[in-house]
Amino acid sequence: MDEKTRKEIEEKIVPKYRTRRSACMATMQLVQSQKGHLTKEDMEEIAALLGMQPVEVEAVGKFYTMYNVERPVGRYHIQVCENLSCSLMGGEHILKHIERLLGIKTGETTSDKKFTLSTVQCLGSCGTAPVIQINDDYYENLNEKKVEEILGKLR
Amino acid sequence: MEKVLLKNFGKEGAHTIDSYLSGGGYEALKKVLGMEPEDIIQMVKDSGLRGRGGAGFPTGLKWSFIPKDAPEKYLCCNADEGEPGTFKDRGIMEYDPHLLIEGIAIASYAIGAQKAYIYIRGEFVFAARRLQEAIMEAYEKGFLGENILGTGFSLDVYVHRGFGAYICGEETALLESIEGYRGQPRKKPPFPALSGLYGKPTVINNVETLSCLPAIVNKGAEWFASIGPEKSPGPKIFGVSGHVKKPGLYELPMGTPLREIIYEHAGGIRDNRKLKAVIPGGVSAPLLTEEELDTPMDFDSLAKIGSMLGSGGVIVMDETTCMVKAAYIIMRFFSHESCGKCTPCREGTTWLKKIVQRIEYGKGRQGDVELLESLCGNIFGRTFCPLGDGAVMALRGVLKKFKEEFQYHIEHKRCMV
Repeated sequence: MDEKTRKEIEEKIVPKYRTRRSACMATMQLVQSQKGHLTKEDMEEIAALLGMQPVEVEAVGKFYTMYNVERPVGRYHIQVCENLSCSLMGGEHILKHIERLLGIKTGETTSDKKFTLSTVQCLGSCGTAPVIQINDDYYENLNEKKVEEILGKLR
Repeated sequence: MEKVLLKNFGKEGAHTIDSYLSGGGYEALKKVLGMEPEDIIQMVKDSGLRGRGGAGFPTGLKWSFIPKDAPEKYLCCNADEGEPGTFKDRGIMEYDPHLLIEGIAIASYAIGAQKAYIYIRGEFVFAARRLQEAIMEAYEKGFLGENILGTGFSLDVYVHRGFGAYICGEETALLESIEGYRGQPRKKPPFPALSGLYGKPTVINNVETLSCLPAIVNKGAEWFASIGPEKSPGPKIFGVSGHVKKPGLYELPMGTPLREIIYEHAGGIRDNRKLKAVIPGGVSAPLLTEEELDTPMDFDSLAKIGSMLGSGGVIVMDETTCMVKAAYIIMRFFSHESCGKCTPCREGTTWLKKIVQRIEYGKGRQGDVELLESLCGNIFGRTFCPLGDGAVMALRGVLKKFKEEFQYHIEHKRCMV
């Protein structure tokens, strides 16, 4: 963790809350946003900074599914919604099509470390199903052609 | 009906404070700051507003449980929208964030909270940014911060991002999450009104609930109470998804019949197929079939027929849908999202998923339907929070109306449709 990050945590995150511990979720989000995942060392550092035990930070990290704890992901993390509305609108075809296009199975990362493919529970975008999320962005109302265009731009 | 909650939906630039102010924004807050908090609570009680997150608890009554003399109180806005089929709060936050912020300020003043947290699900990155920008704008114009508009009332509003946990929509799990713990529900009582965030009196209200407040203040409690059924009035956002021609968000009077929502507003079933089943309020709500479509969409009417309004997330399934597969997707969701705190839910939802999965995969055994029913009885009412009950209500709904599809799947190892 560099000085700038520490400063941001102390000045922007910690003052929002009554306890330092409350800052752990946002701190972990900040650290993950810089490198894509969280290592054991990151969590130890966060624990020391916020007055927690490393295992307490890890417990938080492993509870919330968006933390990539000791699980590096590719530059683009593609998450395909597999819940009901998306499934009704063809979400599974989208998933299979992405597997074919990238040559990987769900849960895997391409050998060039560019793409990781996961499934995800409801993304809260059911009216524009099927939906995928790539890093922070939603892509809605998808079909096979749109998926090819999106991946083509990222390749 | 004049739109209140979605009037700016889809409009470019509507999210800025200048746009909001030009439409009369923050006038309700100004008015409220000159009133006694008790009168505001009474006004909200008179309006008949009930919580839009799913439970339908009367909002004014919830506020009245907060001890008046407590020195430290909190308001939490539940923006953890995660019930599958639900996407209404995102619509408000992305296109009309100031409507929510004004609602938060009104509620905070009414209960005497000086800090408010918006708990937004982690995936909603764009909405969280919009909210953060809107909060900064509101500070700059003096609608938030110290001594708001010279009235002596101070309020800080913070965005707290969740990070992938459906259970944090349960209000006490939400509080745990803000405090930096795993999002697992707390034992109730004590209820959050007495011991909530950091052990202090806390109100937790849904985004849509809070967003109703400016209109109640501006147009009056009577106006709000005059819309829809007497016991659950007001405008309501219905999110329609699945096999309809025009999926999307529709703001309509509470109590609008389900048939009208599906066939008039959402354009009917795609390819003019037949409707097979519809989930009226997010996947926890037991599904309905054709003969129940004339049910008014409000809390009491749906409860009367054994379902629930929930979040108002309507999922429509046409005749091509395999109900075993639909049930499997829903059970997979609940088993994935069970927080693991209590055994009946942690183990029970996993077993439900495994059994429905094997039926779906053509490996079902005779007696599996009875086994599912018996398992449901061992989960329902025995879990720490409503998540396990939600799984059971959903599955019982499917089993009650489509049992023969499960039997067919077990016998023929394939779908009936």
